Amino acid sequence: MITARDARAAAAPAAALWDVERIRKDFPALHQRVHGKPLVYLDNAATSQKPQAVIDALVAYYSLENSNVHRGVHLLSEKATQAYEEARVRVQRFLNAAEAREIVFVRGATEGINLVAASYGRTWIGAGDEVIISTIEHHSNIVPWQLLCEERGALLRVIPVDDAGELLLDEYARLLGARTKLVAVSHISNALGTVNPVKRMIEMAHRQGVPVLVDGAQAAPHLRVDVRELDCDFYVFSGHKALGPTGIGVLYGRAEWLERMPPYQGGGDMIASVTFEKTTYNALPYKFEAGTPHIAGVIGLGVALDYLSGLGLDRVAAHERELLTYGTATLQAAPGVRIIGTARDKASVLSFIVDGVHAHDVGTILDHAGIAVRAGHHCAMPVMRRFGVPATVRASLAFYNTREELDALGAGLREVREIFG
Amino acid sequence: MSELRELYQQVILDHNRKPRNFGKLDGANRTAEGYNPLCGDQVRVYLDIEAGVIRDIRFEGSGCAISKAAASMMTASLKGKTIGEADQLFGRFHDMLTAAGNGGAAAELGKLAVFSGVCEFPSRIKCATLPWHTVRAALAGKDEPVSTE
Repeated sequence: MITARDARAAAAPAAALWDVERIRKDFPALHQRVHGKPLVYLDNAATSQKPQAVIDALVAYYSLENSNVHRGVHLLSEKATQAYEEARVRVQRFLNAAEAREIVFVRGATEGINLVAASYGRTWIGAGDEVIISTIEHHSNIVPWQLLCEERGALLRVIPVDDAGELLLDEYARLLGARTKLVAVSHISNALGTVNPVKRMIEMAHRQGVPVLVDGAQAAPHLRVDVRELDCDFYVFSGHKALGPTGIGVLYGRAEWLERMPPYQGGGDMIASVTFEKTTYNALPYKFEAGTPHIAGVIGLGVALDYLSGLGLDRVAAHERELLTYGTATLQAAPGVRIIGTARDKASVLSFIVDGVHAHDVGTILDHAGIAVRAGHHCAMPVMRRFGVPATVRASLAFYNTREELDALGAGLREVREIFG
Repeated sequence: MSELRELYQQVILDHNRKPRNFGKLDGANRTAEGYNPLCGDQVRVYLDIEAGVIRDIRFEGSGCAISKAAASMMTASLKGKTIGEADQLFGRFHDMLTAAGNGGAAAELGKLAVFSGVCEFPSRIKCATLPWHTVRAALAGKDEPVSTE
């Protein structure tokens, strides 16, 4: 009989050469037809497809181990707790965090940011203080800080970008000051693909004693993240963009900060003792994990990260870089296409507009060719305003994409031209 | 005809390229703004109403081909209509895009029947109805922008 443990152990793929056809076999959703055409899935920045190992781990957990964690004396609860805590260690290794207690499970990057805004923000950010973000943030790394600033009477400062989509570090240096209480910046821009120089930005902030949160939603599945090398104070990412289930994500927090921060939500599991007079909070990371967590999601995420590590993030990044180069050339050859976001250091995101055709129409025509892209503002309306476009089409690539799929994108764009003239 | 060609008919592409009644209407006594937060389509309609009749109507904004053509053809079909007739037309247009078995509704819509292909594209229905919702808001005298959400 296959145990849930076996299902999780089977996750790691053997990877000698980069055999994309073999890798694709691990992803059942890739092998289907939409509108009668083979699916070309280029919406990976929205969410990634899931390897069979992750799907199996969820089924195995619910079939064989399902029970609550951290409370039962019975065998199933012990197994579930062990699997849950093993997954935490997998995340710790994935991020190269110093300790497993620095890994807090949340619903996604959005909740991670909201947790820091609520807990760190309400404690250390007051009237007249400043929070620095950038022009190219996702709404999830803008709105929580706006809410906080409004509540505390603090000020939101925004790092500008140049026409390529690169942050202007001189301007950033000028914004950093005595009133700065936090910097929150994306590792990779979801709308443009810019890889921000976060290591350098963290150094600059730390010289002024300012902690930094890095939104790694777009980075975790595409490049090797090392929170100790970056020296960031907080790092967040979502499981579902990194081959894992939806509804689960990670907040990494430096232990010194998490220790001093008040809880985010109250409830079960986050307490050591409760009386009506006084409640003592649990130790890290449980202080920040109120209520029954998304146990299956955590276990699935652990398997997903092992799968990624098995492929090798450096190899993933190398393959995606090659695809980006090929895709960039494909778009440059397509009639009337202009790429938005041309940073020197860029992840595999191709945001573009087609002359005289709205992104939404391009998206519909591509969809009918079996090609899944995102069309719209990508939850980054300030980016659209900065580049003077109402919306873009975004093809975001993953390691399981192929040159043939990018050729299909090129053909789809020729069809757009045929229809719109 | 493929579903795509059904959606992007020449008439629609033509109105997208050369929208009719495009631009601000000086002397308008009703106006409203419509917005689709999902795709960023934005439209403002201006109406000149006298004695319950739409004497003139214009629009401006930006959006996809479907929303722009829908706004353009809507203004062409509403000019000279009474408010009651406009409401009726809106109802039929809406039914054509949303109700199953739309043949009957399409027959009474004249040129607007070119939008019947939109119902095969659920994610695009709001593009076609946005300008109509906006006109209704203007007729109801609502100042708040209407949203498709």
